[in-house]
Formats: sequence, structure tokens, C-alpha cells
Amino acid sequence: MKKQYRIGNRLFMGLVFLFLYAPIILLIVFSFNEGNSGVVWKGFSLKWYASLFRNRIIMESVYTTLLVSLLATVIATAAGTFAAIGFYNMRRRLREPLMTVNSIPMMNADIVTGVSLCLFFVAAFAGWNGFVTWMEGAYRLTAPRLYLGFGTLLLAHVSFNIPYVILNVAPKLRQMDKHLIDAAQDLGCTWMQAFWKVVLPEIKPGIISGALIAFTMSIDDFVISYFTAGSSTQTLAMAIYGMTKKRVSPEINAISTLLFATVLALLIIVNVREARQEKRLNRRR
Amino acid sequence: MKNKLSLFSIPYVIWMALFTVAPIVMVVVYAFTTAGGGFTLDNFSQMGTYAVVFTRSFKLAIIATLVCLLIGYPVSYMMSKEGKQFQRVAMVLIMLPMWMNFLLRTYAWMSILEKNGLINQFFASVGLFELINTIFGTDIQYFKMIGTQGAVVLGMVYNYLPFMILPIYSVIIKLDQSLLEAARDLGANSAGVFRKVILPLSLPGVLSGVTMVFVPSVSTFAISRLLGGGTQMMLGDLIEQQFLGGAYNPYLGSAIALVMMVIVVVCMWVMNHFGEGEEQAVML
Repeated sequence: MKKQYRIGNRLFMGLVFLFLYAPIILLIVFSFNEGNSGVVWKGFSLKWYASLFRNRIIMESVYTTLLVSLLATVIATAAGTFAAIGFYNMRRRLREPLMTVNSIPMMNADIVTGVSLCLFFVAAFAGWNGFVTWMEGAYRLTAPRLYLGFGTLLLAHVSFNIPYVILNVAPKLRQMDKHLIDAAQDLGCTWMQAFWKVVLPEIKPGIISGALIAFTMSIDDFVISYFTAGSSTQTLAMAIYGMTKKRVSPEINAISTLLFATVLALLIIVNVREARQEKRLNRRR
Repeated sequence: MKNKLSLFSIPYVIWMALFTVAPIVMVVVYAFTTAGGGFTLDNFSQMGTYAVVFTRSFKLAIIATLVCLLIGYPVSYMMSKEGKQFQRVAMVLIMLPMWMNFLLRTYAWMSILEKNGLINQFFASVGLFELINTIFGTDIQYFKMIGTQGAVVLGMVYNYLPFMILPIYSVIIKLDQSLLEAARDLGANSAGVFRKVILPLSLPGVLSGVTMVFVPSVSTFAISRLLGGGTQMMLGDLIEQQFLGGAYNPYLGSAIALVMMVIVVVCMWVMNHFGEGEEQAVML
């Protein structure tokens, strides 16, 4: 009875995983297709990988995606960690409304965040560009005019990443023994030293998981980028979206395969390392 | 000391005022403004014309959320019963598709569901269409899947299922095992333990899962465009059209976005009321 039950469970989970992975596997299989169809198999070939690297639109969009994700992750992780420490040391009355505001971008629908940022950037830049024109006319001073582009894309990504970092760092701060900071200061640390030598090592796991989630969110995002990148900059998702209006080239399958393989390799490395560390810890005990 | 470290948050407070609060204030202002700059409520009354889009969005999002719950809850529960190694691998497998952009995942479904996509090819090769045609005297060459509401729901379930599984799983895994033992000692059978102990205690996870699936589903625009074939317009498409599409009208777009924000606030309120707060909601 019990065993049958278990087999049933495994079968159900297997089906769910099949559902999750079947489309991805198909995507990968057809990246090696000789023909230019995503559905008819014409034989094995690597030609789509070759033409992928010659496709400037796709390569540039991949570069933009990676650059914006990495930069946004680094900036958001640093800023979010500092902000979390600041919030933690605040009085409760002040902290709670700020934490609510902090959770707005996480809870809000992506399209609302995207649209609101789009409105804000457009209005702010219209004001600034008008000011520049006026200054040129009145004082012959000039300044660069601002438009939607990589800068606004990055700002948007940083804004929606910081809340996730804070959310991961905050619990680690709460778990930390408060007396550690006092002890460090009693032993002669300045508050800056106490921060670098005591607080930061304690909350490191939270910072790492926060950075990981921020990167995931950046890579996965389409909607917010779509509204904030303007017409000259595009991420991979935007490039694909543009193609689906006409015809999607199998080059997209090729780039998906490469991305998937990279992520898979990274995950396996991280997990094997973790498992090994755990084993070592257990043995020591 | 305490006050000094709290200064660390000042840059971020300014940041939030600029990039979180100010944009939302702008949406609210635009929602009540005419193109000329005066105050109006027309943007809201205009929404009546799009009642079909509203009901369709809610219908599809609710169906997708229910399907996610019906698949996600059992999966989370079964996973929690497995060994540690199994759980670790399963978690990675559930997270992994999220590192591929969601547009890629949706695009993958297009080639499966197309007119001469893989499902139709399969049915044709086993002779299903001939069989149907000879029995019913019809002339079916393929099943129409792209452009149906079913395809849109499928896309939502596929993309957002992990958002249902992860919060429920993380709540179930943290359940106090001694509670389950106590219930068994007091005579509950396994169905009773599940119904009286596990289910009520996992409710916060269910609520945050439901929110995390419902909000993106009701507001999606790429999924409905790709899998709905342009015929299944949803709220997200409507907003997108007002900002970047042909029907340029950011005032109406802002009004719809405002309605969407109200929906989210209601969802959050329900969750905070019954759940344990926003924290585990967003903990992936």
C-alpha cells in the first residue's frame, strides 16, 4: 500500500517535471535542426549556431541583457545591503512604513511598475531637455539632452532588484546576536570597523542569496525593460518579442540552448560544492 | 551607534522617493487628467467599453491560479515527503526554467501548439484527424490551439507554476513535525492529519502562492500576444497599447494601471490579514 502510494507520487511529480521541461528540450533539439523550421526535423546541423554569432541584433541584445543584469545586480546588492542595515537600526515606527514602500515594486504588477517608470522618465527628461534648450538660448551654456536608453534600463533594473536584496538581508540581521556589535565596540572597534568585521560576515549568506535572486529577476524580466529601454536599446527578450511579430529564426533556439547550458553548468557546480561542504561538516560532527 | 548606522538607509530612502513613489504618484495624477491638463473622471468611465477585456483577464487569471494550485499544492506536499537529496534536486529543477527568460519559454510553446506544430503533427501521424473525419464526416486538418483561451491559460500555468510551488513548499517544509505526531497520537488518521493540521498551517503559503500567480497572470501582455494570437486581448495588452501601441492615450492607460494597483492592494490586504505578512510571500 505504502509503496504503491510512493510510486504514484513519483509518477505525478515526473509528469509535472515533464511539463516544465518538454518545451525547453524541444527548443534545444530544434536548435540543431538543418531546416529553418521549429517543428520539422531535417537532420543535424550546427549552422544556426554559426549564423547566431553573425547576427548582430541578437548578439547585441544578449550583451545588453548580460551587462544590465550584472551591473544592476552589483549595484542593487551593495545598495540593498546598506539600506537593510540602515532599516534594521531604525526605530520601528519609522521602519515599518519604509518597508511597506520597499515592498511596492515586488508586489505591484510588472506592467504597472514599467508604465509608471516610463511616465516618470519621460516627464523628467522633458523637463530637463526643456531646461537645456532654455539655457542654450539664454546663457549659451549646454548640457547633454537625456532620452530613454541603457541608463534608464539600468535604473529600472536596480530599482526592482533592491527590494529583493533587502528582503534577503533583513532576516539575517534579525538573527544576528545584537551584543556582537557592542562587544566589538567595547573591544575597541570604531563603528565602521564593527560593520566591516562583525556585521558583514554575519549577514553574508543573505547578501549572496539576495544577489542571486536579483540576477534572476533581471535576466527573467521582459515587461519593465520593454517600457524603460526606449527604442534604441533592446534586451534579448525584447529582440525575441520583436521577432514573434514576423518570423522567429532558429537562431533564437541556439541562443536559448547556450544560455540554458551555461545556467545548468553553474547550478551543478554550486550545488555539488554545497553538498560537499555539508558532507564535510557532517563528518566533522 | 544605533542612530549612526540608521543613516545608511538615507540614500535608499531618497531613491525610493524618486523611483518608486514619484512614478506611482504620476500614474495617479495622469489617471485623473485630460490631455489638456484638467481634472476628469472620464478615463474611468471610458473603461466600460473594455468590460470584455476586464472579464476575460479575470476569468483566465482565476482559472490559471486554480490550475496552478491544483498542481502546485500536491507537488509541494509530495516533495516535502521525499529525502533531502531528492528535495535539493527537485528545487533546482523547479527554479532552473526561471533563469531562461520567460519570453523564451513562451516562445517554446508556440512551436508546440502551432497549426502544423508538434501536437498536430503527432495527431496527424497517428491518423487521428482521418479517424474523426470518417466518423463525423467533418474536414479537420488540425486542432486550433494558438489563439484560444486555453493556450493563454496554459502559458500562464507554465510560466507561473514555480511561483505557486515555492512558497507552499517552503511553508510545508518548516511545519513542526511534533504537531503531526501529536495529531497521530491523538487518533487522527493520515487524512485527518492532513485536513486538520497540515492544510490550515500551510494556508499562508497557499495565499502567497495564489497572489504571486494571480497578479502576473491578470496583468500579462506578452503571453496573451504570443499564445493568444492577438485575439485574446488582456488588461496588460490594453495598457501597453495606450503607452507604446497604436492607441496612444497614457491618461486612459494610467487609469487602467491604477485599477490594477488597487487589485494588488486588495490582494496584499487579504494576505496580510490571513497570512503572516509579506515576508515569505516574496521569498522565492
